[in-house]
Amino acid sequence: MGNVLVLAEHRQGELRDISIEMLALAPSVAEALGGEVMVLLLGSEVGPMAEKIAGHGVKVLVVDDPLFADYNSDKYQKVLSALIDDYKPKLVMMGQTAQGVDLAPALAVEKGLPFVPDIIGLEVEEGVIKATRQLYSGKVNAQVALKETDTGLVTVREAAFEAPDPSTTGAVEKIDSPLKEDLDYRKFVEYIEAEIGDVDITQSEILVGIGRGLKEDKNLPVAEALAEVIKADLCGSRAACDAGWLPDDRQVGTSGKTVQPKLYICMGISGAFQHVAGIKGAKTIVAINKDPNAPIFAEADYAIIDDLHKVVPQLTEKLKELKG
Amino acid sequence: MKIFTCIKYVPDTSEAEVKLDSEGTGVDSSRFSFDINDADNYAVEESVLIKEKHDGDVTVVSIGPKSSDVMIRMAMAKGCDRAIRIEDERIATHDPLMVAKVLAGAIKDQEFDLVFTGCMAEDYGQAATGVALAELLGVSHAAYVKKVEIEDGKVKVHRELEGGLREVVEISLPAVLTIQTGINEPRYAPIRGIRQAQKKELKVMNLDDLGIPEGEVNAEASRIVLEKLYIPVVESKAEIIEGEPEEKAEKLASILVKGGLV
Repeated sequence: MGNVLVLAEHRQGELRDISIEMLALAPSVAEALGGEVMVLLLGSEVGPMAEKIAGHGVKVLVVDDPLFADYNSDKYQKVLSALIDDYKPKLVMMGQTAQGVDLAPALAVEKGLPFVPDIIGLEVEEGVIKATRQLYSGKVNAQVALKETDTGLVTVREAAFEAPDPSTTGAVEKIDSPLKEDLDYRKFVEYIEAEIGDVDITQSEILVGIGRGLKEDKNLPVAEALAEVIKADLCGSRAACDAGWLPDDRQVGTSGKTVQPKLYICMGISGAFQHVAGIKGAKTIVAINKDPNAPIFAEADYAIIDDLHKVVPQLTEKLKELKG
Repeated sequence: MKIFTCIKYVPDTSEAEVKLDSEGTGVDSSRFSFDINDADNYAVEESVLIKEKHDGDVTVVSIGPKSSDVMIRMAMAKGCDRAIRIEDERIATHDPLMVAKVLAGAIKDQEFDLVFTGCMAEDYGQAATGVALAELLGVSHAAYVKKVEIEDGKVKVHRELEGGLREVVEISLPAVLTIQTGINEPRYAPIRGIRQAQKKELKVMNLDDLGIPEGEVNAEASRIVLEKLYIPVVESKAEIIEGEPEEKAEKLASILVKGGLV
């Protein structure tokens, strides 16, 4: 039987979206493999979460044990390793998230599994599981096949698939924890919440975004001048915040903020998925980038394919004139 | 404190058009400029900071061509002590598990407390090598590390989670940490360091030198097949604003103002 085992992900009492997003993919793959979808939920007092997942018409295996009160990759690995032996799923899926990235490669090595990380597509062709993933920040796609195997492993990119609506109700089955005692070599200590800065960019009406294409911090006034004229707040890609051009709380994307301005003007941002995931709520997007194939243009309403250093200062001047 | 830091030489494609090679299974990298992978640059800095604080030494390990020596010398100029460059065309470099096996082969018989890698390479973007390496070495690990504090036989790390949240985890040493960008401020190499780096040991090895059988890390050994590459079509619904830079600026300004967007 070609069952698909999906690892649910949750944090601080909330089921994370990726858990359901993977169910946009898993049922068709399971069907092609001649099996069914099983979702594995590890946690402590996670009954309501199990019901929520089961509401998508899938079977949910629940290990409800205080040992899993907080996420721990090593504990998860032990459980998955045991359950792969017991259930022999044809494919295991988890998120390419801070959890999945910390877990999947080690599990693949331990069990000798064919492994494709960060997939954005998955299909079965004549019994062969084939995944699509991106290289070079989305500029090239690769089709990768898993060689003939008892069990394969993929991690699925966040927000690459739309979470399906609830459907019929599947069964919830409690199983005993294959892990009986705590581990001494890895301990969860605490969560630290994101710092709150002077401006909350999630509330900004107009945002000017900067990325690697700004080149250096002495070019920051180019963006600042534009922002001042149109009363925008500044935000940036990971590269802009890492470089120290902007504080971390101005970072937009999966590891930063999700924003929803009515206007977003971004410059020198190529549009890696991590950034794009944070701007889906923007109403109008203007992108300025030198590379005509930059993925950011797929998101834009208005595109200027040019050097930001040539265009933006003039844009600022023209706006000044027009706005008087 | 014995540290190994794994780095990769990658093309900068952030503003470059990427084209496939004539076979369609690789990328034509002839027009790209190469440099150290961004996250690996932070890993080098973190290893040198820890060396300075805890009195250790750092060995750089990299799989790559001779042209990457310039990157390796730069890491040594910043304070890394020696380097191993592995060059062997038989390695299935598209599979992070094969890459991890080669790195493990270079590290496993030596004494080490910490192994650093960047959390993700900019070219393949798999974010998998470091954690796979930990499993192969049989040691603890943490991925997406934004802070490292060493305290008696343990390391307390801050892991970057989604949405700006961090998770503090305590793991035992030895350990592999995959370093996230922004953890520190990578230094510029001092002139004196650049001179000293020329004298530091840079050993070039292949699979035979490392005692790794080809059949454990080549395309046959890999459990995945890279079937094809293709350039995805960017489906843009955007209105493209044409003209000279000044005309573009003028047109966009007018759209923004007339449309009541600003």
